[in-house]
Amino acid sequence: METLTATKSKSKKKKTERIHGCEAVVRCLLEEGVDLMYGYPGGAIMPVYDELYKYQDQLQHVLVRHEEGATHAAQGYARASGRVGVCIATSGPGATNLVTGIADAMIDSTPMVCITGQVPKHLLGSDAFQETDIIGITMPVTKWNYQITKASEIPEIFAKAFFIAKSGRPGPVLIDITKNAQFDELDFDYTPCTKLDSYVPRPPVKEEKVKEAAELINNAKRPYILFGQGVILSQAEEELKQLVEKTGIPAAWTIMGLSAMPTNHPLNVGMLGMHGNYGPNVLTNECDVLIAIGMRFDDRVTGNLAKYAKQAKVIHIEIDPAEIDKNVKTEVAILGDAKEAMTALLPHLKKNSHKKWHQKFKDCDKEEYEKVIKGETEPTDGELTMGEVIRDLNDLTNGDAIIVTDVGQHQMIACRYAHFNKTKSNITSGGLGTMGFCLPAAIGAKMGAPDRDVIAVIGDGGFQMTIQELGVILQTGVNVKILILNNEFLGMVRQWQQLFFDKRYASTEMVNPDFQLLAQAYGIKAQRVSERDQLGTALKNMMEHDGSFLLEVMVGKENNVFPMVPSGAGVADIRLE
Amino acid sequence: MKKTFTLSVFTANKAGLLHRVTTGFTRRKINIESLTVSESEIPNIHRYTIVVHLEEENVKRLVVALEKQIEVHKAFYHGEEDVVYQEIALYKIPSGVIVHGGLAEKIVRQHGARMLAAEPKFTVIEKTGHAEEIEALFKELEPFNILEFTRSGRVAITKPMRELREYLEELEMAAAN
Ligand SMILES: Cc1ncc(C[n+]2csc(CCOP(=O)(O)OP(=O)(O)O)c2C)c(N)n1
Repeated sequence: METLTATKSKSKKKKTERIHGCEAVVRCLLEEGVDLMYGYPGGAIMPVYDELYKYQDQLQHVLVRHEEGATHAAQGYARASGRVGVCIATSGPGATNLVTGIADAMIDSTPMVCITGQVPKHLLGSDAFQETDIIGITMPVTKWNYQITKASEIPEIFAKAFFIAKSGRPGPVLIDITKNAQFDELDFDYTPCTKLDSYVPRPPVKEEKVKEAAELINNAKRPYILFGQGVILSQAEEELKQLVEKTGIPAAWTIMGLSAMPTNHPLNVGMLGMHGNYGPNVLTNECDVLIAIGMRFDDRVTGNLAKYAKQAKVIHIEIDPAEIDKNVKTEVAILGDAKEAMTALLPHLKKNSHKKWHQKFKDCDKEEYEKVIKGETEPTDGELTMGEVIRDLNDLTNGDAIIVTDVGQHQMIACRYAHFNKTKSNITSGGLGTMGFCLPAAIGAKMGAPDRDVIAVIGDGGFQMTIQELGVILQTGVNVKILILNNEFLGMVRQWQQLFFDKRYASTEMVNPDFQLLAQAYGIKAQRVSERDQLGTALKNMMEHDGSFLLEVMVGKENNVFPMVPSGAGVADIRLE
Repeated sequence: MKKTFTLSVFTANKAGLLHRVTTGFTRRKINIESLTVSESEIPNIHRYTIVVHLEEENVKRLVVALEKQIEVHKAFYHGEEDVVYQEIALYKIPSGVIVHGGLAEKIVRQHGARMLAAEPKFTVIEKTGHAEEIEALFKELEPFNILEFTRSGRVAITKPMRELREYLEELEMAAAN
């Protein structure tokens, strides 16, 4: 007997239909409003593919070139659209190829449903062809997973899967379906799941905690807001703006929270973390009340915890109870949805402007501008820098594009310098730092937000990790601008080797293929620039081109990203050079 | 400072759940001293009794992380002072001199154990108690050649009076939010 049952609504019983399991899978997806999914076929999932063929008018399947690409595309789709991303693969190697993307979605709280085929039930555990224990393998990296061995389980399990993936703190769910369950028949009847035993997706915000937090904030001399992706996931951008504007509190973001507040908002003081802005890091250790909203004090944000905000009283607004006091001890924790919590908090807060406190951020900005930003974004001679590429790109996007990044120096530079006006515009692999994320995620992002420009800012290393997804661009014609910042190195690792390993560049130098030729092979227009006076026009060509475009910019080979909090150091020990 | 804690983890009755619960330990490299899975007082809710040796702040983090799993309904941790617990051990010894000479009976009586089975070739002794008591009996029987020995994990009842049912009702209410 199972206790964890989807609570069925009391509406009168719908008529059921006798259909095959494989058709039921597709029908469940349609019931959940899925019209696009990413995947790769193979033996154990062929019955479902046969149904996808029949239902292709209602449900588009995008054929990726490697299953990892399917997961990142689904992530990009989910992050740009706010909907659940869906991907599908066969058993064995198809399933294991999903693991990296699932782990990425888990740590970055991205709603995703993955479907894998499995050998027939009678062969489970027999080392059958392409049998792998994907349930066991993905258990630590899924919010929930389940193996369906009977066709009749399909509707209820799919309903649960979608509910779990998107509710509360979102995350990836995997459903493994044995082949017999795809072939067998069932009486199909779909009821969405809205509730599960003992699962509290949105803990109710406690009024007394709200009042305690308000009192701390109202009495603070140097309050400071840190916001993360929780603001985007709970669609609390407007509430954050109101809260910040009413109280005049400076607000800084984690890279997962980036774009939840417009770049040019006067109270947006910039980026936190290892390569974040100077003021936001240093002043973390000078504030008296720290208000963390929908962020989890990741070690890339906090640096050495023993030297992190020890002087401050911490308020943590967070939906996941396991995050409270995990890394940083809180004075007041408001458990709940960020939107709900801020809505409750707003009426209790007093108007303020904190002019003197803001001046400190401005002073730090000035120093950072002189020592870092000026040279990075406005060089007049020498090799091209990543920062000036992003600066020129800003002039063309006006902050309206979706910027998808891979992992490395270009990612940090893009997050530091790209301008954003709209939420859900920065898509990156934050928690897992998965190289190869960018290209497929950008494809997914464009499909999830077709009206927006999508630019994949990517390193020469990471591009080659999922380069085969150029095939998706070729086959679907999806319009993605690929901007390679080519330093002919695994740049971020090289930077560490330079700073901490006496310049011993062990296996970080790259001999690259001709990326333009490669793009051409996939029918994608391409250009390469290495001169400053050609950069602006080249970027303009890329943006104005009707269709995908690959622009390779040759940048300084041994440039470093600063500021930097060296690992093990505290945020106040951030280095400007 | 590391101390002994007893975790009571209440879950749905589902295949694969043991793996989900133990991954919470594996990924933090926390050694499970003992683990017992059984039914609880509520139908279809299973109880995992897990003993760990850990710092309290890490136990706290572990428990909330376990509770986060969808099919884990509720998890608690208790220090030694807050649980009443037992373990059970079985010892198989040859039915030779020790049994026939009456020595075994004496030892069994002294240790509050009992003879569970007496066969011509072997005798099985059962002892219920705390780890140290079970070990003490082991030492005493060792010279007589213990052929087989097995000990269960801890089963524990907690002292606080609040019932699981009330916690689950509270979750129900919160979920209705
Ligand atoms: C899958 C994976 N492997 C290894 C790494 C470690 N790593 C982090 S950044 C980096 C270098 C990235 O080089 P490139 O893509 O050229 O970007 P750049 O830093 O030069 O901008 C590496 C190897 C990683 N993050 N992900």
